[in-house]
Formats: sequence, structure tokens, C-alpha cells
Amino acid sequence: MSDAAELLVTARDLWKAYDDGRVPVLQGASLDVRAGEVVALWGASGSGKSTLLHLLGGLDLPDRGDLRVCGLDPRAEADRLELRRRHLGFVFQLHNLIPDLTVAENLRVPALAVDRPRAETSARLERLAGEVGIAHRLGHRIQDLSGGERQRVAICRALMNAPRLLLADEPTGSLDEETGDLVFTLLRELAARDGIAVVLATHERRFAEACDRRLRVRAGKVSQA
Amino acid sequence: MRFLSLVLVNLRRHRLRALIGVAGIGFGVAAMLTILGIVNGAIGMFERILSTDSHYLVLEKNVSDLFFSAVRDEETAAIRALPGVASAHPLLFGIVSSPGYPVITCFGVEADDPRLARAEWRAGGRADFGRRPGEIFLGQRAAEFLHARLGETVPVGASALRVAGILKTENGFEDGGVFLPLAAAQALFHRAGVSSVVAVTLHDRTAGAEFKRAVETAHPGLIALENREFNQSYHSFRILKTTAWAVGLCAFLLGGLGVANTMLLSVFSRIREIAVLRVCGFSERQVAALIFGEAVLVAAAGLALGFALGAAVLAVLPQVPQFQGYVQAEVRPAVMAGIVLTALVTAVCGAIYPARFAARIQPAEALRYE
Repeated sequence: MSDAAELLVTARDLWKAYDDGRVPVLQGASLDVRAGEVVALWGASGSGKSTLLHLLGGLDLPDRGDLRVCGLDPRAEADRLELRRRHLGFVFQLHNLIPDLTVAENLRVPALAVDRPRAETSARLERLAGEVGIAHRLGHRIQDLSGGERQRVAICRALMNAPRLLLADEPTGSLDEETGDLVFTLLRELAARDGIAVVLATHERRFAEACDRRLRVRAGKVSQA
Repeated sequence: MRFLSLVLVNLRRHRLRALIGVAGIGFGVAAMLTILGIVNGAIGMFERILSTDSHYLVLEKNVSDLFFSAVRDEETAAIRALPGVASAHPLLFGIVSSPGYPVITCFGVEADDPRLARAEWRAGGRADFGRRPGEIFLGQRAAEFLHARLGETVPVGASALRVAGILKTENGFEDGGVFLPLAAAQALFHRAGVSSVVAVTLHDRTAGAEFKRAVETAHPGLIALENREFNQSYHSFRILKTTAWAVGLCAFLLGGLGVANTMLLSVFSRIREIAVLRVCGFSERQVAALIFGEAVLVAAAGLALGFALGAAVLAVLPQVPQFQGYVQAEVRPAVMAGIVLTALVTAVCGAIYPARFAARIQPAEALRYE
């Protein structure tokens, strides 16, 4: 990835602790992410990968440090909302889809938040569903889907509002090896095609090595692996 | 999918819980509709008794209840003689009892009273009214529940009176009550020479202010009120209406707690899901709107259920013999609007805390929640 590409994430000296400071998780983590690159946050469970992703996505706030994502400050409520609505997509280890809704209904949820015209949403939904191979499942409920299908729906949902940055927290963690590979490949292909930057938290070396850049998260700090 | 679909999905998902909330509001609506319908019906009937073919009511000033009002016969005569007065009909209210029926409204009236003239006589006739002592005239429903027929005697208080006529009137109080000649009623109630109220008709209604002034100047102990004025100021009506709204609101309070409970359980059971909505870009306001939307839908369903239930109860109650025909429900549009508004406000108030809680869910924390 060229150094000239737009800097989407600038994180400097991020600190985060839980339980009134008794459980330190991030201790001065810093990283940059440029447009279009796929960056792996690689580390053991409990190393702080998910916490770092949550801070980047404005799902949680740093105790201190500087952070800009897509030119916005995730510490400000209005910026956080704007980030989630227009700039970011999230994929979690557990798909976090809404049960009792159909696949299509789940995919429409992000569009509801921004009140996008129905026709426009439908067109995008059908295109994305076709690309990730779940077009035949649009009318099915989440309960009727396999783990791999659910994760594909989750990826599709994350892309519904055409984000610039995808934050994926162990997206293959709950899948078998073969399905995990398929999901990872799909994620990479979609990101490459649409020029979406991806920050992928994973503990699996093979996925980390397949990314453009690999950052090691250890003891609350980020270093080049 | 639209925003409303998301609201409906959650209600469908927890049908029983939603139904409990609907039932809570529904019973509140039904209770309020029934109570207000009955009370307003009763007040309406009482108003019509007083306002029968009259423009003004003359009664004792500052009296707490019409039953205690005393307008002397000579005052009635003087009012009758005032210029502009077309007619003045005294009316003495009382309560009589008969075995098994401790409260029967009794109307002491003169033979030319318009309510007798307007009635449909089922037995006997108006010409017989007051001709012989010891006679009583029954409203048709009173005749039914007293199982009395023309010529039979009915026990009334300590006396036994002969039924000299049975008349059908449109007014439930009159139809379930009994009529006595004014003098006989005065004797029965130990109120010799007085009536409770005088219903006055003027030749020219626009001359009411003059009439009012004339009455109050000549008889400082009396007050003349236009029917509308009387209905608005009569303490007993006001107490009845206030009590009805208070009882209805208590029923709603319970309904509101039901909605609060339903919404709170609804929020607690999907904290993770709400966090996902936040991650997908829902603002705090949108999440709160989701919860309020559910509450409003619960209220709407509760209103439909409550109106149906209340209407059924109001249709059945007048047929119950024990009510002696006193139930003649009257549901005014303003009451309906008041009930709708109360139900919606109750539901929204019940949803305030759950909505606030839902809106403040922190996504990162909630996503760790199992």
C-alpha cells in the first residue's frame, strides 16, 4: 500500500483499563491505517485486540491518547454516530444478527439508521447478497442458516452503508477451518474490489500473514510483526 | 423493512408479554369507559329530569345537594307570577324504599307537569294523577322490578300505596322511579310546603337575565340558574365526574405499570440486540423511538380491546334488573378522546425508563453481555 494513500486511522498512545483502572488492557497503543489496506491485529486472547477495535469504532472510549478515524473524533457522540452510519462496518466473531428477522431484514437495518431510500437499499442488498453467495437465503430467518452463512450475512450487513473502513473482530473465530478460509477470502476480495480498508483482529497466524500488514498486539502495545 | 416492522417484530417475538401489556391498558380503558359512561349517563339523565321543557331552574342558594334544597310553595307561586314566566313546575325529590329495593327515586310533581304529559302511559292515565289519596304512579321499569300492576298495592316505606298508573319515559331515573302528587310527596318526606326545585319556562328566553335578577332580588335565599349553568356548577355532578376520572386513572396507573414492566423486560432481554442496532448506526433517539413505538402499539391494541370490552359491558349493564334501569350509559366524544389520550400518555410514561435505559446501552459493554 502506498504511503500516499489517505490515512484513515491515526491512533497515538491509546490507554484503556477496566474495573476502575485495576485491569489495564491497552498501554500506549499506536497505529496508522491507510485507505484500502488490510491490517491484521495479531495476538493472543486477552492481548487487547478487541478493545483496540472497539476504540477505533467508537464502541468504547480510550482513557487517554489521540485518535482520529476517517477524519472524525470517536470521542464525540456526533462523530461516533457519523462514523458508524457512514464510514465504518463491523463484523464480530459471533455474527450478532437479529434473530426472528429474515436475512433481508437484517441487511436493511443499517439503511434504517440512515433512512436511505428503500429502492436504493434493495438494489445494494441484492447485489451484495449475490456477491457473498446468500441471494437464495434472503427470505430465510437467521435461525435457519449455517454458521458460515450467518457470517457472510454479517459481512454483507457491514458493507450495506458502503463503509471506508471495516473492523472485523475474529470473524473466523467461531467457524471451522474450511468455512473460516472462505469467509476470510471473501472479506479480502470485497475489500480489495471496493478499496475498503480492513482492520482484522485475529489470533490465527495464517490469516495475519495473508494481510497486507501484520501488527502484533502484546501486553497492551502494538508493534510491527 | 421499515422502522415500524422492527417495532412489530419485537412485539411478535414476545407475544405473551405484549399481550399482558395490551391487557393492562385494555382493562384500564374498559374500566374508564364503563365508569365514565355510567356516571355521565346518570348525570345526563339527572340533567334531563331537571331541564324537561324548561329554561331556568330555581333552587335554594348554596345548598350542597338538590335533595336538601327547599323552595317554599309561596315562593313558587311568586315566581309563577313574575312577568315573562310561561310556566313554573315545582319538583320535590325524595328516596323511597320497598322490600328488596332500598333506593327508589321518587318525584313529587303537580298533575300538569310536562314529564307526565310527555310520558307514554302503559296503564291508567294522566287524568287520574292526584285525584285520590294513597295512590302512586310507577315508571315502567319500577313496575317491572316491583312486580306491580295497576290496582295492586305496593309497600313504600311504612305505607302501602295503590298503583294508579304506569308510565313509560325515556329517562332511566324516571322510568326506574315512582311519581307522587306534590302534596303527597311533601307529606311522605315531612317537607310540608316545599319543593326541591322549580323548573321555569320563559316566554322569551333572551329575557333570562331579567328573570334571574327578579328572582334573586325578591327571594335572596334562592338562585336561578340556566340549565347549562346549573350542570356546570352543581357540586354533586362535579364530585361524581372527578371521582369517575380518579377511579379510571387508578385503573390506568395499573395498566401503565404493566406497560413499564413489559417494556423493561423487552429491553433487558435484548440488550445485545440493541447494542447491535447502535453499532449499525442507530442513534440514542432512534433506539428510544423503537421502545416508545412498541409502547404506543401496545396502547393502541389496548385501546381497541378496552373499547370493545367497555362497549360490551355498557351494553349488558342496562339489562341487569338489579340496576333498576338507572344505567343509561352516555359516551361523549370528549370522553373517548380523553381515554385515548390517557392511554397513550400512560403507555409513553411507562416506557420512559425502559427507553432511557435502552438508549444508554453502551455497545462495547453490551456486546460482551451474555
